[in-house]
Amino acid sequence: MKKPGRDIDQNILIRANGLYKSYRMGLAEVSVLKGLDLSVRRGQFVAVVGASGSGKSTLLHILGALDRPDKGSVSFEGRDLDRISATELNRFRNRTVGFVFQFYHLLDELTVLENVLLPAMVSRSLVRWLLGASGAKKRARNLLEQLGLAGRARHRPYELSGGERQRVAIGRALMNEPKLLLADEPTGNLDWATGNGILNTLEDLSRAGQTIVMVTHNEAVAQRAGRIVTLADGRLE
Amino acid sequence: MYGLLLATRYFLRRRMAYAAVAAVAICVFMVIVVMTVMTGLVSDFKAKNHQWIGDCVVSTPSMVGFDGYGQFTEILKRTDFVRSAAAVVNGYALLGYAGSDYTETVEVMGVDPGSYCDVTDFGRALHYHKMACADAFQPLYQRDLPGCVVGIDKVLPRNEYGRYTHAVAPPKYAFTLSCFPLTASGRLARAGLDVVISKVFHYSDDFHSGLAKVDGSTIYIDLSEAQALLGMDAPPARASAIHVSFERNIGLEAGCAGVRELWKLFKSTKTSDLLDRVRVESWKGYCREVIAPVEKEQAMMIACFVMIGIITVFVVFVIFYMLISHKTRDIGTLRSVGACRAEIMRLFLGFALIVGGCGSAAGVVSAAVFLAKINRLEQWLYRRYGFQLWNRMVYAIDEIPNDMTVLTVAIVVAAALAACLAGAVLPSWWAAGSDPVKSLRTSSL
Repeated sequence: MKKPGRDIDQNILIRANGLYKSYRMGLAEVSVLKGLDLSVRRGQFVAVVGASGSGKSTLLHILGALDRPDKGSVSFEGRDLDRISATELNRFRNRTVGFVFQFYHLLDELTVLENVLLPAMVSRSLVRWLLGASGAKKRARNLLEQLGLAGRARHRPYELSGGERQRVAIGRALMNEPKLLLADEPTGNLDWATGNGILNTLEDLSRAGQTIVMVTHNEAVAQRAGRIVTLADGRLE
Repeated sequence: MYGLLLATRYFLRRRMAYAAVAAVAICVFMVIVVMTVMTGLVSDFKAKNHQWIGDCVVSTPSMVGFDGYGQFTEILKRTDFVRSAAAVVNGYALLGYAGSDYTETVEVMGVDPGSYCDVTDFGRALHYHKMACADAFQPLYQRDLPGCVVGIDKVLPRNEYGRYTHAVAPPKYAFTLSCFPLTASGRLARAGLDVVISKVFHYSDDFHSGLAKVDGSTIYIDLSEAQALLGMDAPPARASAIHVSFERNIGLEAGCAGVRELWKLFKSTKTSDLLDRVRVESWKGYCREVIAPVEKEQAMMIACFVMIGIITVFVVFVIFYMLISHKTRDIGTLRSVGACRAEIMRLFLGFALIVGGCGSAAGVVSAAVFLAKINRLEQWLYRRYGFQLWNRMVYAIDEIPNDMTVLTVAIVVAAALAACLAGAVLPSWWAAGSDPVKSLRTSSL
């Protein structure tokens, strides 16, 4: 017979404990996170709401192992990210999390298909890529089809609209089937209708079991998530 | 995998990269052209000296020469590593032209043409006796006259294209050579009004060694005639040097060491003081005084190229710094999808190698084309604008050397690639070490 407490722990995908983070701005030291705690369960769609400069993006970067907290810890599936090597952190960012940024951050020199393929290319050597490229390309084309971009595969990012670019960014984030999708103001740079389309996509993904943490300053956008937490004064309310 | 793809795309889509390629191409072009021309001139100069001297020289700095040369020449000829050996007398004389009071100082070389042609390229440098070197001192118009072979610049003008025009038959020039014969102890051999010995020699041929000093101030006469003029015929007869050529399979140093050993043995059996100052040197050692300044110029040229290399490194550094500054967002994005710092560095270093490779290829191709046409180009410039890189009437250069060697190309390309890597390494290091969060935030502003 399983213990109920252990069941709850196993259901938690990522947990942040007492996160502190501050930045130096000129001579002043600005604390953005002041002992923040957060737990996200598998399959949950969490929206972190907060004013501009409240530390939402910082939190997302720390959860995705792009940044380190000054104090506190982040554990993923019970494993402390502080205690894993730089190589494993790179692998974690490549395979376990997927980032969606407000400004898409697509690489202009690559086509839409190549942008989506980027995480798969990063994880493989040239030889492994040559051996397994067809499978990765098939997955990327499927993703583009699901995102309504099948006809845009050979286009360059600058040839796409804002909404299309963000969908390419989502495709890239999902390429390696990450357990956690981190979205930083995914609709922040889009008009309402286009943003709504992106949120529909995130909702569809959530329904399919994808764990999502989205940060936004927009309450209406946050309403689309299953769980809303508010970041104020460096902590979650 | 993505590194190769992205580096190629950066290269194809960034105009700045073309500026870097152009900088590398210009440097590679410049270095290959100058190195080929200068190395060609130096090699040509060395080869001409070698061909004119033989492989090894047994000589004395004394103007009175040394005795026993005939015996030692025979010893040398009997060995299995010496192909040929020839005794040479050299000294100075006043050259007078028939029907004129004008005189000038020349270097007189007394040789036995047969053996001397076996040791050196003297035979090939002749014009009228190319196929009959042994008869070099027999004027074709009257073979029983005492003949002389004159440096080509003494008898023919050099045209603006560096060429000489010979008459079909040798002209009947007569020269008077006047010498001060010396005794073995260095005193004048004659006294009173007969202190100078003069003799008329008739032009039998001229030689073109390609060495300006030799072609402009040397006259060859028969060995015995030279000995008589310089006082070296008095028993025991003396010579100034023995020029030696080795068999093909004998290395220069090994051959010279063999001659040195033989000379040591030979000298131990003799009592003459004149043998004390005799040296056995390779042709390189014998010509050190004339070759060293040329090599010094070559060294200075290499130093200039090092400076050009440093400039290339700096140009590539600046261009890569600017390129990478524009790519901070990409760096942040790549880190967010799991790229490690080393991969970021490899990406930009790969980019640098592509720039270096393309720049080198462009530089090598343009240098090859330019060098292939350099002489025609110079002739065209001379015909049209009167410009010549080297005035052929002054310099003993027939054509500008344009033999681009694989070694030169390999060295220059390797240096260009190394310069590109060196120029890119610091910006790449900064890129690899940059904070991905900062990169993403900066590019969001």
